[in-house]
Amino acid sequence: MTTPFTPYIPNTDADRQAMLKAIGVSSVADLFQNIPTAYRNPPLHIPPPLSELELRRELETLAAENRHAGAGPSFLGAGAYNHYVPAVSLAIANRGEFLTAYTPYQPEVSQGTLQVTYELQSLTCQLLDMEVANAGMYEGASALAEAALMACRVTHRYRVAYRDTLSPSYRAVVATYTAPQGIELYPVAPGAPLKPETACLIVQHPNFYGYLEDLTALEQTAHKDGALLVVSADPTAATLFKTPGSYGADIVTAEGQPLGLPLSFGGPYIGLFTCKSQYLRQMPGRIVGRTVDTQGRTAYVLTLQTREQHIRRERATSNICTSEALLGLMVVVYLATLGKHGLRQVAELCYHKAHYAASLIAKLPGYRLPMNGTFFQEFAVQCPKPPREVNAALLERGIIGGLDISDAYPNGMLLCVTEMNTREEIEALAKALSATR
Amino acid sequence: MTQTTTSPSPNTPDRALLMDRGVPGRRGIRLPNLDVPAQPLPSADLLRDDLPLPELSQPEVVRYFTRLSQLNYSIDTQFYPLGSCTMKYNPKINDQVALLPGMANLHPMAPAQAAQGALKLMHRLQQYLADAAGMATASLATMAGAQGELAGVLMIHAYHQRRGETDRNLMLIPDSAHGTNPASAAMGGFTVAAIPSDARGNMDIVALREAAGPHLAGLMLTLPSTLGLFENNILEICDIVHRAGGLVYGDGANMNALLGQAKFGALGFDVVHINLHKTFSTPHGGGGPGAGPVCAGPTLTPFLPAPLVERASAGGKEAYHFTTPAQTIGKVGAFHGNFGVLVRAYAYIRALGGEGLRQVSEDAVLNANYLQARLRNAYDLAYDRLCMHEVVLSAGRQKKQGVKGLDIAKRLLDYGFHAPTMYFPLIVDEALMIEPTETEGKETLDAFIDAMLAIATEAQETPDLVRNAPHATPVSRLDEARAARQPDLRWKAKA
Repeated sequence: MTTPFTPYIPNTDADRQAMLKAIGVSSVADLFQNIPTAYRNPPLHIPPPLSELELRRELETLAAENRHAGAGPSFLGAGAYNHYVPAVSLAIANRGEFLTAYTPYQPEVSQGTLQVTYELQSLTCQLLDMEVANAGMYEGASALAEAALMACRVTHRYRVAYRDTLSPSYRAVVATYTAPQGIELYPVAPGAPLKPETACLIVQHPNFYGYLEDLTALEQTAHKDGALLVVSADPTAATLFKTPGSYGADIVTAEGQPLGLPLSFGGPYIGLFTCKSQYLRQMPGRIVGRTVDTQGRTAYVLTLQTREQHIRRERATSNICTSEALLGLMVVVYLATLGKHGLRQVAELCYHKAHYAASLIAKLPGYRLPMNGTFFQEFAVQCPKPPREVNAALLERGIIGGLDISDAYPNGMLLCVTEMNTREEIEALAKALSATR
Repeated sequence: MTQTTTSPSPNTPDRALLMDRGVPGRRGIRLPNLDVPAQPLPSADLLRDDLPLPELSQPEVVRYFTRLSQLNYSIDTQFYPLGSCTMKYNPKINDQVALLPGMANLHPMAPAQAAQGALKLMHRLQQYLADAAGMATASLATMAGAQGELAGVLMIHAYHQRRGETDRNLMLIPDSAHGTNPASAAMGGFTVAAIPSDARGNMDIVALREAAGPHLAGLMLTLPSTLGLFENNILEICDIVHRAGGLVYGDGANMNALLGQAKFGALGFDVVHINLHKTFSTPHGGGGPGAGPVCAGPTLTPFLPAPLVERASAGGKEAYHFTTPAQTIGKVGAFHGNFGVLVRAYAYIRALGGEGLRQVSEDAVLNANYLQARLRNAYDLAYDRLCMHEVVLSAGRQKKQGVKGLDIAKRLLDYGFHAPTMYFPLIVDEALMIEPTETEGKETLDAFIDAMLAIATEAQETPDLVRNAPHATPVSRLDEARAARQPDLRWKAKA
């Protein structure tokens, strides 16, 4: 009987026969004899194979059922931001030499990935104004959760405080990570003191509602009681506003997605992770260092691995063993391509467009901006009726509105405006809102 | 072959870093002009005054990264038999469909009615993965194998808490296990105890029975084991753990050997994670992104990480939406998992179909056993029995000749092959763990075998050649001690 052909498998039946002969068994089934007989060859309820053409058509059909952020006006943010992804980013990230390599365990044949990772650590430090960075975490929320665990290791304390303007989903992820270790997670209002034995104070900056926090005051609150200041930052905002590092933050994490990663329905992204160098040995994740080879040539290698799970096992700083390296590559390409001037220009475009949108909406009857302070590219709007209904009306006009935050603010909607939104889109949004009262 | 010169050659790339490249004033991309009236900026004391980042033109950027890429070995360019990593071919169509605008530009908080295609794909993938694992339900939220492990042990923790058995804090793990298993268990708040392996590479059943006491929370078990072996006593092991009131966690890192051959659920596992970046062919990207969906049996389904995708019928039309399991351990990421990876895995499953997936495990196991049969005379076998998808050799014999497993691995780089996994599992002396996968044909395997046999001869006749390898790579062996003792972890401005 001829084995059905599969385009990803080179062996022919003649190859298989020759190999079985070398092994000394008569059939492939013999190779599975260690599986208890009654449990072998269960049926798979998976449809028959598709040709590449059929597969492409099926995925195109599925993709067409999504109203994506490039198909018309979209004003969603809330942790994932619609920024332009340069052609260079995708072209480099799709190079097979980067795309199909493994973690650089063999540095002699992984210098490309290793140097890119060293670049990521360098440019992350430059961008966030911090002393050391690791090679990357899964994404922003779990990076923040790991920062909370790290603060507990550094201080030997088991309480974690957070400003209640933290993203609800970030708070939920921090809870998932801290609860099993018996760490108490509690909110603090501005000016309120921390509970005794608090390991760190977590602040999102700009906060979930898009506004800058008073990091000067919060730094004092944290450090006066010996707690670390942990900031979850927005990397785009960090190019325009004073950095968390300049306020004395001890650990700064960030979602890397705004730095040229596709929205991709929430992932894959990369969590950026930085800290003061005195805490380096408690940092989770991969770290690449610069060294030399036997001939004195500059080269890069995974280092400080005694923190990690494959050496320390249950005493490791974390179980993580990925660094989202491909996304790290895309971030580095983005930072290199936009550079010093382009990054600041993107941040300013977002700032001006968002403030223009806010100025139009604030004038609309029934709508108001309930929060005071300085915002970057997101702001909360109080709608005259439930945001769910407002968004449904916007969608009928082809506009994806903001995030419904009515559980936090009555009739609250969180709007985000980036460089991707044209003046026409912003004015169409204001017009559609005005018609939805 | 030994290279002694350090002078630059056309093939020695310029390793200067981005911050030392370019010229002030250069830019790599043109951005749109501001098309709204400029708005007042906040006061200067809130603004950043310096942004020390590179200034490069676009051609400089492209050439820099392209040259760097050429310093890597990768699946697209080399055989990459890295054990326990399942470095199989990553189909190109999968990358293309993940970048369709409807997929790549979809916002994670888009309303459900604007994301029906994505939700439908996720719902189907949940079903395919649960079926392949023999489990009731799959959550796609976990973004890596290690995070899948963490979710799995947290589910076991939550299960015992809910039953009021709060003193069940012991997690058993075989001594052959990957380091993430004990690290994940510790993050989950468990005390970890190792169970030894027996002379045939199976778990020591007597030791397991002794350890399975009233504090037992569960057992974490990789199947096939990290020794590349199918655990002969798997049914008895699951039974012992269950009788002691514990649950069995399956590490599905090696599922490439089991596709269509056996199902975790049927064998007695309560929860298992699957590495889409291994078994389901999504590219490793130089160390991520991956995805580690968690599949649960009926006992643990209510505890799965959020969200799940559910299908509902309304007015004769089917619609998909996110739901949160009743007793969920919570969220593990800000959104819904590594969707771009899920799209690739879905495309892989659709391209192969059920019959193709079964063929995957057959050829993966055939290829590994062929390597074992052809290399067993030149190298020691860790365990002399049929292997599954990978074979663990020991360089114990070569070590006596003064050549370590590390040296053999480095020498393979000179032959144009990526090295096997070295010194893992920890319980095998001078371990070389070789996983060929099904996407390599017999000619490639034969070329690799020839290289391994040649190196075995070199180890006897010209051991220095092996000890000083590699010779033909962009750099030679690195001073790793210096990297750790004098950490240089970022670019710094020259003083």
